[in-house]
Amino acid sequence: MTANPFSLWVYLSQTPLLWLTVTLLVYAAADAASLATHRHPLANPVLHSVWIIGLILLLTGTPYARYFDGAQFVHFLLGPATVALAVPLYENRKTVLSAVVPMVVALVAGSITAIVSIVLLAELIGLPRDVVLSLASKSVTAGVAMGVSQSLGVNPSVTAIAVVLTGIMGAIIVTPLMNSMRITDYRARGFAVGLASHGIGTARAFQVDTVAGVFAGVAMSLNALLTSLIVPLLVSVLVR
Amino acid sequence: MIASLGLILLCQLIGEIAVRESGLPIPGPVIGLLLLFMLLLGRDRLAILRRGPLHSGGVETAANGMLAHLSLLFVPAGVGVVQQLDLVTDHGIGIFVILVLSAVVTLVVTSLAFVATSRLLARRRRAE
Repeated sequence: MTANPFSLWVYLSQTPLLWLTVTLLVYAAADAASLATHRHPLANPVLHSVWIIGLILLLTGTPYARYFDGAQFVHFLLGPATVALAVPLYENRKTVLSAVVPMVVALVAGSITAIVSIVLLAELIGLPRDVVLSLASKSVTAGVAMGVSQSLGVNPSVTAIAVVLTGIMGAIIVTPLMNSMRITDYRARGFAVGLASHGIGTARAFQVDTVAGVFAGVAMSLNALLTSLIVPLLVSVLVR
Repeated sequence: MIASLGLILLCQLIGEIAVRESGLPIPGPVIGLLLLFMLLLGRDRLAILRRGPLHSGGVETAANGMLAHLSLLFVPAGVGVVQQLDLVTDHGIGIFVILVLSAVVTLVVTSLAFVATSRLLARRRRAE
């Protein structure tokens, strides 16, 4: 036993073990709450894990870098999980192949809408030019969106924040919005949330329906590609 | 299990190398996704691929297990965002409002474009 509880805390807070454990346990609790509410949109496990852990870090005065030493093992799995999307895509390939034309139309319409709407709204409320440019790629996965912002010469940190906020908001809004629009086609619902809200939207889609998840994954991947190509073009027209 | 994870990592590794060398604006894992997809298709034709993780559902179990908790993987990055929220709140809470509005508009346009196109195609197919 350590005689001094503070020295035990100092020891624990320096190892990756503590923050990895906290990440897994808080998520497990948030996910259990989400299950108990039958996957209610507002019980989104990402949203609740994030603010609870954020609060714990704030109360213990832990810098993010130290938290990330532990949490990086979870963060690392984002890449392999993207590769893993190949499996449900393969298992549902006939459904996906039969919807190539609707997917292409929805991809082009959605991708342009995502960029143009945020740029116009940001200019409308008078945000400075560099912030407007940082927000343009907010609908695609963080790695790609930050790359786009770097190539535009604006702050990628602002982009990362906008990306995560868009992901969580889209994942919460999609179910009530689609229900109110009476869209029952899970292919369309999944494709829309994957396009608008990348991986966090895709995670939500997989919670609701496997086919929705597959279409979300396809939309996320295609939109990452299309957005990185058209953002430079669109902002040169829209932003003076 | 280990071999399946190894195969998934290998696909990502090849994807990362391909992206680095070619300078394509695609994330490495997306190339890895395509690679694994092609391996799964190839397995159905070529007996030589039907072994290890590509045999009897090994890679399927590993992948579906990972995807069942996709939400968890966004938590570390999300926590980083909470700590830096002042970067956007400095510009007023208007940013939150426009992000929500843009998300709603994007969801509406994308889903309607999808549904309208698939209905149009179905009608044309019936007419033929």
